[in-house]
Amino acid sequence: MSDTAHIEVTVNGRHRSLDVAVHHSLLDALRDDLRLTGAKECCLVGECGACTVIMDGRTVDSCLVLAVEADGAEITTVEGLSPDGVLTPLQQAFLDRGAAQCGFCIPGQLMSAEAFLRDTPNPTREAVEEAIAGNLCRCGGYEQILDAILVAAAAGRP
Amino acid sequence: MHTFAYLRPDTVAEAVAILEAHGPDARILAGGTDLVIRLRDGSATPAVVVDLKRIAALAPGIREEAGRLAISATTVMTDISADPLVRRHFGALADAASVVGSVQIRNRATLAGNICNASPAADTAPALLVYDATVVAEGPAGSRRIPIDAFFVRSGVTTLARGELVTAIELPIPAARRGAVHERRTRRRGHDLASVTVCCCVDQTRVTRLAYGSVGPRPVLFTDDTGTLANPSADPAERTAILERMFAGASPSARSMRASPEYRLAMLRVLGARALAGAIERLAAGSD
Repeated sequence: MSDTAHIEVTVNGRHRSLDVAVHHSLLDALRDDLRLTGAKECCLVGECGACTVIMDGRTVDSCLVLAVEADGAEITTVEGLSPDGVLTPLQQAFLDRGAAQCGFCIPGQLMSAEAFLRDTPNPTREAVEEAIAGNLCRCGGYEQILDAILVAAAAGRP
Repeated sequence: MHTFAYLRPDTVAEAVAILEAHGPDARILAGGTDLVIRLRDGSATPAVVVDLKRIAALAPGIREEAGRLAISATTVMTDISADPLVRRHFGALADAASVVGSVQIRNRATLAGNICNASPAADTAPALLVYDATVVAEGPAGSRRIPIDAFFVRSGVTTLARGELVTAIELPIPAARRGAVHERRTRRRGHDLASVTVCCCVDQTRVTRLAYGSVGPRPVLFTDDTGTLANPSADPAERTAILERMFAGASPSARSMRASPEYRLAMLRVLGARALAGAIERLAAGSD
C-alpha cells in the first residue's frame, strides 16, 4: 500500500500531469512514468551524479528529490537538450573530444555542464572541475570531459 | 523506498501540530539530501514526512534585521555561499557552505537541515559556532531562541523538543572588525565528507574563537580572550599551550572509516594552526 499524489510538472518544455507514489523519486517518475531514461540510476545516495537533471534552473540529483517535491517545477533532462535532434555545441564537443567512453555518466555530465555554462560563460579549468565534482565517471574520462566543456565554453554557447 | 504519508503544510503552526502529534514518527523534509537517502536505506522509517517548502514564512531568503542576519529554514547552500551579506560579514560561513557536497547537493541542502542532522562532520557547524549563531525554533509552546553551542548534543541529536522545528538561523552582525577562516580535510578533492573541519575567528579586541568538528560526537567551540592567540608575536610556547588545551576537546571515533583517530588529531593541529594564522591575516588585511 502506498500513498499517491497528483503533480503537475513541465518536463523538457511539455506540461505533464502525473499521479506518483509519494515515496518515489523524481528519477523514478522520469524513467518509469515518463519513459525518459536519459537520467541514469546508479549510486542512489547523491554521490555519482548520473541522475542529474535541471530543476527550475538548477542541477539536482533526481534520486534525492521526491517526485512529489517536483510539483509545479520545470525540469530539463538530457532528452530536452536537443529536442529537434540537432546536437548542441556542448554535446558535439563531447563527441569530438571523445568525452563519452561507456557513456553511462554522460547525461549527468551534460546537465551539470549545461547549467554551469549558462551561469559561467568563460570558466577556468579549475572552475569546471568544481562544477562537475558531483559527476563521477568510472571510465576515468575526466580530462576529455573537461576539454569538451572548455571547448563548448570557448565556442560561446553550451 | 520505505513508504510514508507525505504532508505539505502551508503554515508553521500546521507543521508544528503535525510534528507534535506524530513525535518521532514524523520527519521534516527540507532539502532531502540526507533524509531521502535514509528513507531509501531504511535507517529512517517515519510514518509521516513533513515538507516545509510550501510554507511562505520559511521561504528561501537571507535578510538583515535589527543588527542580525536571518537565514530562513529552506535557504540552500548555493544561495548562502553566494549571498553578498553573508560574504561580507560571515565569510567563513560562505566558504563552508561552498564546500558542502557537490553543486547538485548544494542546490538542495539547507543550512537548517545541516545543523538539524547534527552530523559531527557538518561543514557549517564550526563557522556557526565561531560566529555565535542563534537557532530560532517554533514549537507547541511558541518560539524560542537557542544558542548554537547549546543546540548540538551528538550525532543526529539536538536539543529541539517534540513538535519543534527550526524556522531560521540568525547571526549577529559584529561591531568590531574581524577575520575568519574555514579549513577542512577530505580524502579527495571535490565531493567528500570532512575528516576534520575547523573554523577560527579573530576580532579587533583580540578575542579568538576556534571551533572544530568531525573529531568527536559533536562540533565544539573554544574561546581565548587573553589576546595570546590573536597576537602572532606572543610567546610561541604559550600559544601552543592554549591551542593544545583547545584541541584536547577532540575525541575522534576509531570506528569511522574516513580517517583514523591519530590522523584526525594530527590534522586538527595542522588545520587549527592554519586557520588561526589565516584569521589573523584576514583581520590585518581588513577583509573578513
